[in-house]
Amino acid sequence: MPRNRSVRVAALGSSVQRSASQPYPSQKSSALKRRIVVGVLVVLALALITVSFRASGLTALQDTGATVLRPFQVASDRVARPFQDAYDWFAGLVHAKSENAALRKQVDALRNQAFRNQQAVQENTMLRAELRYVDGPRFPQDYDYVATSVIAPPQSRFDQTMVIDAGSNFGIRRDYPVVTPDGLVGRVTRVGKTVSQVMLLSDESSAVSASDQNHPGATGIVKHGQGGADTLILDRVDKSQTVAVGDPVITQGSPGNGLLPSIYPRGIAIGSVTSVGQNDTDLYKQIQVQPFVDFSSLRSVLVLVPKKPSTAP
Amino acid sequence: MAVDALKAGVVLFLCAVVQSSVLNGVDLLGGTPDIVLVALVAVALLRGSIFGAVLGFWAGLVLDTATLQTLGVTALLLTIAGFWIGRYGETTARDRTHAPFTSVLVVTFLLTIGGLLLDYVLGEAAPAGPAFASLPMTVVLNLILTLPVYAVARRLVPPREPADRAREVQLLG
Repeated sequence: MPRNRSVRVAALGSSVQRSASQPYPSQKSSALKRRIVVGVLVVLALALITVSFRASGLTALQDTGATVLRPFQVASDRVARPFQDAYDWFAGLVHAKSENAALRKQVDALRNQAFRNQQAVQENTMLRAELRYVDGPRFPQDYDYVATSVIAPPQSRFDQTMVIDAGSNFGIRRDYPVVTPDGLVGRVTRVGKTVSQVMLLSDESSAVSASDQNHPGATGIVKHGQGGADTLILDRVDKSQTVAVGDPVITQGSPGNGLLPSIYPRGIAIGSVTSVGQNDTDLYKQIQVQPFVDFSSLRSVLVLVPKKPSTAP
Repeated sequence: MAVDALKAGVVLFLCAVVQSSVLNGVDLLGGTPDIVLVALVAVALLRGSIFGAVLGFWAGLVLDTATLQTLGVTALLLTIAGFWIGRYGETTARDRTHAPFTSVLVVTFLLTIGGLLLDYVLGEAAPAGPAFASLPMTVVLNLILTLPVYAVARRLVPPREPADRAREVQLLG
């Protein structure tokens, strides 16, 4: 069967040849019309763009157009507003959970940051106080100091020792006094290479020769009291001496530089007298001392290092 | 014909107003629906290239005026889009169910690129990154709009057989 048969051939079996394919006049005019319309519109749009860029004449026209459109836009906005609000509300609900989790994370991070800041402020205050103390007149002249932090506080009421973050590497030796700007803390009892153990004044085996600052004749030994870890007693003060409540108690040091000098330099504050008593049967006065140092909240201390170390082992 | 053109013109005017006042501010998962484009695609598919080009120009002009953008930019883009979709409707897309969706998909993509290019040529800000980042969601939203908008457009401006289209086989001789 020939490939180029016409419709007529197919339908009627006639051999009349179809004329060459020509577009219908209407088709031609439609295509032309189409091209003219789109061409005009494109040229018009380009002209508008050009005029918009080159002259401000269209600005006023555009403003007028925008003014005319404004009421329609306002009306449209008002109609759409409830739907928008409803959408925002639902979207808010959807996002609330993830937002909540993110905010919680943020709160935790900020809380940690605030905690660190608070710690830094406290540390700063403490270090400033230490600096004032070591530069001040109360600091013993024959001593240098090693400022260090407490890495293990007292473990229990019965174990009044703590560990500090400095040892022989800083020149610390056994029996070196340990102080804070508030007063005496205790003495070094064990020395490691990088850490040391400090026995606090509140330990039962601690004893420090001390005197009443206002009445220097009233001397005795400060040691652990019966009323708890935060209470000391000033023992062995002769009943003939005068001691008043509120008097500061300080270390006595080594008056006269005897053969067995005190390990504590003179004049370090220990505490203040809170009660004074005596009776006929006891040999000495009964004096209670409230220490200036709060042993439960120690975070950093100063170890006093003699400028002329003792040659004794 | 004139009544249909008027109806389509009013519809596109309203779409442009809604687009400029409401939809341009909508951000759904990063995308912004474009009801003007969808309506234009629907009308152009139904009524051909001249209809599409004229209504595209009209809608673009209204949008440019309402948003105080450079007059003629959106008009130019929508004119070309309307004409192209109209031609597609007049030729291969006729009676194809997927035609509106395909058209919206392609035109949304091309219009974004065209808009960026035109802005770049005109020396205005043309941030391609954000535009392409929002494009997938914008396409999805436009595709969602296509079905209802096309149905409404079909009711308002029903498709009309063009005069130059042969309705039956003409026997020669």
